[in-house]
Amino acid sequence: MSAQTVLFDAPGPKARSRHRLLTVVGAILALGLLWVVVGKLKDTGQLDPALWTPFVTEPTIWTEYLIPGLINTLKAAILSVVFAGIFGIVFGMGRLSGNRWVRWICGVVVEFFRAVPVLLMMVFAFFGYFANSSIVPQEYGPLAAVVLALTLYNGSVIAELVRSGVYSLPKGQGEAGLSIGLTPAQTLRSIQLPQALTAMLPALIGQFVVVLKDSALGTAITYQELLTWGKTLGSAYGNTVPAYIVVAILFIILNYAMTRLATWVERRLKRSGATAGPITNAMPTVVQGGGEPGGPAAAGAQIMVEGVEDAAHRRREAAQQARRNRNDPGW
Amino acid sequence: MGEIFANYDIVGAVWKTIQLAVLSAIGATVIGTIVAVLRVSPVPVLRGIGTTFVNTFRNTPLTVLMIMSVLGFSFLLGLQIREDFADNAFWWAVIMLSLYHAAFVCEALRSGINTVPAGQAEAARSIGLTFKQSLLEVILPQSFRGAIAPLVSTYIALIKNTTVAAVIGVAESAGILATITENEGGSLPLFLVFALIFVVLTLPLGVLGTNLSRKLAVKR
Repeated sequence: MSAQTVLFDAPGPKARSRHRLLTVVGAILALGLLWVVVGKLKDTGQLDPALWTPFVTEPTIWTEYLIPGLINTLKAAILSVVFAGIFGIVFGMGRLSGNRWVRWICGVVVEFFRAVPVLLMMVFAFFGYFANSSIVPQEYGPLAAVVLALTLYNGSVIAELVRSGVYSLPKGQGEAGLSIGLTPAQTLRSIQLPQALTAMLPALIGQFVVVLKDSALGTAITYQELLTWGKTLGSAYGNTVPAYIVVAILFIILNYAMTRLATWVERRLKRSGATAGPITNAMPTVVQGGGEPGGPAAAGAQIMVEGVEDAAHRRREAAQQARRNRNDPGW
Repeated sequence: MGEIFANYDIVGAVWKTIQLAVLSAIGATVIGTIVAVLRVSPVPVLRGIGTTFVNTFRNTPLTVLMIMSVLGFSFLLGLQIREDFADNAFWWAVIMLSLYHAAFVCEALRSGINTVPAGQAEAARSIGLTFKQSLLEVILPQSFRGAIAPLVSTYIALIKNTTVAAVIGVAESAGILATITENEGGSLPLFLVFALIFVVLTLPLGVLGTNLSRKLAVKR
């Protein structure tokens, strides 16, 4: 897209012929790779129609295996995202609190749960507590462990999103709130937080993709989600490889749709002017550990979109970035 | 606690985690750079290949990739990397971690390129730099600086994601924690030890990344 305008000139006759050559080479390489993969599948008999037709001819594959799995995956993901949202807003506000101790404790909690792998929390919660105690009914043990681990991790990420969202608002928003006589807490609650959440909405949707993907970890603690059902399906019909491929495709479709939704919401919000903050849909999975999720990548994407036409806007961006850096104590 | 340390190879498991992380980080960097070059190339077919790679691996759960690799590719398609079961699982884990995070490395590098405003290229060309000069002296140095923060975050995520290798039986941190917790019951101190190991592994990287990206940030 726009990256091309920075990196390359408009091609001349020589470059155009080189591009044609690369097109052919690329296409041959891609087709060659596809050929090797298909050949391998064929050699081992995985392309046998008998393994694939059940997905079309037998509705039970969908009603008994894949759809229940999908429902469980979505159940875990939606529960986790709701709890994570609450956790994130509470701890995000805690990190912005005027009280030093509240700030400190919330900071430690958030940084701790962001640094610990989700699977570690999941296996510990399940094998340590939920599997053999009466805290939750036996059959809900795996679900509880999945939701708990995903909530703690993603809640911490959302807390950071909330915090960086508030920081990246123009300073005038907070100052205006204070100058009309609101207390700092009221300013945060009724002026900064709503705008920050609006600005962060695309990133929050992006976080849902992370939750969806991580819910597949539940298979390690016997939670009956899509991947586990895919495994069962594979053994029942003797088509393990096709079953996994179908499961992977379902995940890809679901996640790709969510990513597109995030982009769409981002574009809409930018048009609507509902918030003074920079709107981003940076992938928070990637941006982790440095203290400011969504920061650099998002700022970059934004600069690219604005291009050179809107230099004034970019200056404001830079000022915000500088302010964020000043305010952000990092680790 | 002491008993647990005597009975289980915890140090070995942590060492396995570190090995997984280092090998996959190298793999992800190499593959990710190649894919990034494809994704920003001026040739539509190459761009399409890069985009397909990123969308496929970024949207598939790592757990699915791992399980597919060993249960699917290795057992059914006969793609054994090593004869030994544990070694085979380890190398498949390295491959899948590399491929999965390569998609994120690619996006980090690309977002670095995107931080460079088009005006920089225009200015470079208008003062008479050649295409090569403007790329090497103006654009790429700025893009690498912009890519540091997201790259570091990718490596941190990679270190934590090495735990997913436990689902295919690689005896690393999460795997051994699961075994111990299952046999001996949940012990909070043990969990904290493992949590601390990951804090120790990721914290320096995070601090380094934050400092570097601030120090090298391009003032605009």
